[in-house]
Amino acid sequence: MLSEKILEVNDLGVNFHIQDRVIPAVDGVSFSLSKGETLGLVGESGCGKSVTALSIIGLLQTPPARIVRGEILFKGENLLAKNAEEMRKIRGKDISMIFQEPMTSLNPVFTIGQQISEVIMQHQELSKKEALIKTIDMLKLVRIPLPEKVIRQYPHQLSGGMRQRVMIAIALACNPELLIADEPTTALDVTVEAQILELINELKDRMKSAVIMISHDLAVISDIADKVAVMYSGRIVEYADVRSIFNEPKHPYTRGLLEAVPDINMEKGQRLKEIKGVVPRPDEIKEGCRFKTRCDCAGKDCMIKEPPLLKVGTNYVRCWNCA
Amino acid sequence: MSVAGTVRDLRSGGEPLAARILEVRNLKKYFPVKTSLFGKGTEFVRAVDGINFHIDYGEILGLVGESGCGKSTTGRTVLRLLDPTEGEIIFEGQNIAHFSKRQLRTVYKNMQLVFQDPFASLNPRKKIGNAIDEVLAVHGMKDKEQRRERIRELLDMVGLNGEEDKYPHEFSGGQRQRVVIARALAVNPRLIICDEPVSALDVSIQAQIINLLINLKNRLGLSYLFISHDLRLVKYISDRVAVMYLGKIVELAPAEELFRNPAHPYSMALLSVVTVLGSEKNKKKIILEGEVPSPVSPPSGCRFRTRCRYATKQCSETEPEVKCIGDGHFVSCHLY
Repeated sequence: MLSEKILEVNDLGVNFHIQDRVIPAVDGVSFSLSKGETLGLVGESGCGKSVTALSIIGLLQTPPARIVRGEILFKGENLLAKNAEEMRKIRGKDISMIFQEPMTSLNPVFTIGQQISEVIMQHQELSKKEALIKTIDMLKLVRIPLPEKVIRQYPHQLSGGMRQRVMIAIALACNPELLIADEPTTALDVTVEAQILELINELKDRMKSAVIMISHDLAVISDIADKVAVMYSGRIVEYADVRSIFNEPKHPYTRGLLEAVPDINMEKGQRLKEIKGVVPRPDEIKEGCRFKTRCDCAGKDCMIKEPPLLKVGTNYVRCWNCA
Repeated sequence: MSVAGTVRDLRSGGEPLAARILEVRNLKKYFPVKTSLFGKGTEFVRAVDGINFHIDYGEILGLVGESGCGKSTTGRTVLRLLDPTEGEIIFEGQNIAHFSKRQLRTVYKNMQLVFQDPFASLNPRKKIGNAIDEVLAVHGMKDKEQRRERIRELLDMVGLNGEEDKYPHEFSGGQRQRVVIARALAVNPRLIICDEPVSALDVSIQAQIINLLINLKNRLGLSYLFISHDLRLVKYISDRVAVMYLGKIVELAPAEELFRNPAHPYSMALLSVVTVLGSEKNKKKIILEGEVPSPVSPPSGCRFRTRCRYATKQCSETEPEVKCIGDGHFVSCHLY
């Protein structure tokens, strides 16, 4: 138990300074991750899930963003205290990331082979030839047909699913201990999505990496995660293992999200439950619960005092009504 | 469900009309691709390659498929935003496939479109009231006061009462999509082509728009062609569903029936990868191997055969015909 914890995020706060405004994109987010475990980070656009991920891997653009508090402990070391050079050594080797859009994440003027072997040579002391052999192995691992041919191709010659496989190959080239996948299948078709998710699951088991899976799609999360953090407006509103989240969701927002998606077993004519209103801007709600404007059961307390993350049964929930 | 036989025109209360608002016969849309430096080549992307379907009055037909299968092209060709290469588009009893621009104007009073991206479909410099006003004026509503009244009514219908003086940037994505829907409804259409109307929206907002579309359909007796890649959504909203693959409809059936007994191997694979929330992990998925072939040179015989588990020699030689295997359940596969 003791040595198992690979990542610990404590009270992370990130502000964006835009013109004269200060926007708290991430506000007091904490979670931890053990070896071989998958954390699902769910939420809608602007809830701070990608900003959290970028803070961990040290790719936040500063300015406008600024990490104002908290610590990110990776194997006991605070990543926020490291300088750019030290982060570069960690990134791609110990922690790597898969992005949503595989087209914009690959360099269009280099071949696939060059881009993968660059990562390998950067972090491991291998000759060009050895790196190339490793590259082909990686492409085989992510099940790309004819890897010897693909290494000489350019990104535009591959389909979206193939490009995402290349991204995964790059991310896994150095056996990272932590893999962050930011909406890795959102831009892909459902049948390709299934291929990619299966691949990530399989590689995770094989390499014993910890994974942070970011998605707005609860179905994807339920498929792949061990535990889930639901984010809303910069905060974690519910945090529990995957079974509790889907079988006994506690927070009204989690419940709403689950009910807003039509289920395949749903009766014809059954009305979809909607969450009323719109997602507020992160700086819009100054006091009380962040979800109060859209919550059906918001009471007097919810208007003035923000609830802490309370333990309710097996879940951690940020809601006065569940306390 | 749609009513068989004849349906009275609800608005005029007069002549009984045919039960079908739209019938598409052998529709083809090919795009030429340049193969040589000089002029157009002889190769074509066969985006839509001979499809047949119909929509009844008051019915929602779902059209699903993955990117590049031709579902959006189908929607656009039906609307005549693209000229069909071949085939008939029979809308309210008239073949509109070769209508002129002028003739199409009357068609557009009855057929409208809602696009995927509500950010790109509204003019940022126009107040939303004016955007709707323009549509009304173009379609011949002369009286200004009457138009104003109609705009109020329309915005009220989509839950945006009193917002006519705002600009698009003042609205969120979901609200913009409401504006787009209000504008589509302005001319009192009977058929609306919805091309991925909620894909660009957040999950919690999607449900709002879907509920709105269903309410409006029930209230105004509309019909929809609902194009989407989201199977759960299509199942939920549609009466019947057509599954497209590489320019062809491979299966068409009532929604419940399709999801209970998918017959085409491609539909089976598609449905197997739809994750049921909270279900046990590792439920049996059919993972398709390989990639969608190029629509420039589709495989001979059945187009799905290169990825099909059941493919035989026959599949590469002859193209399967459409067979009826149950009540309104059509499939084009040699297995049946």
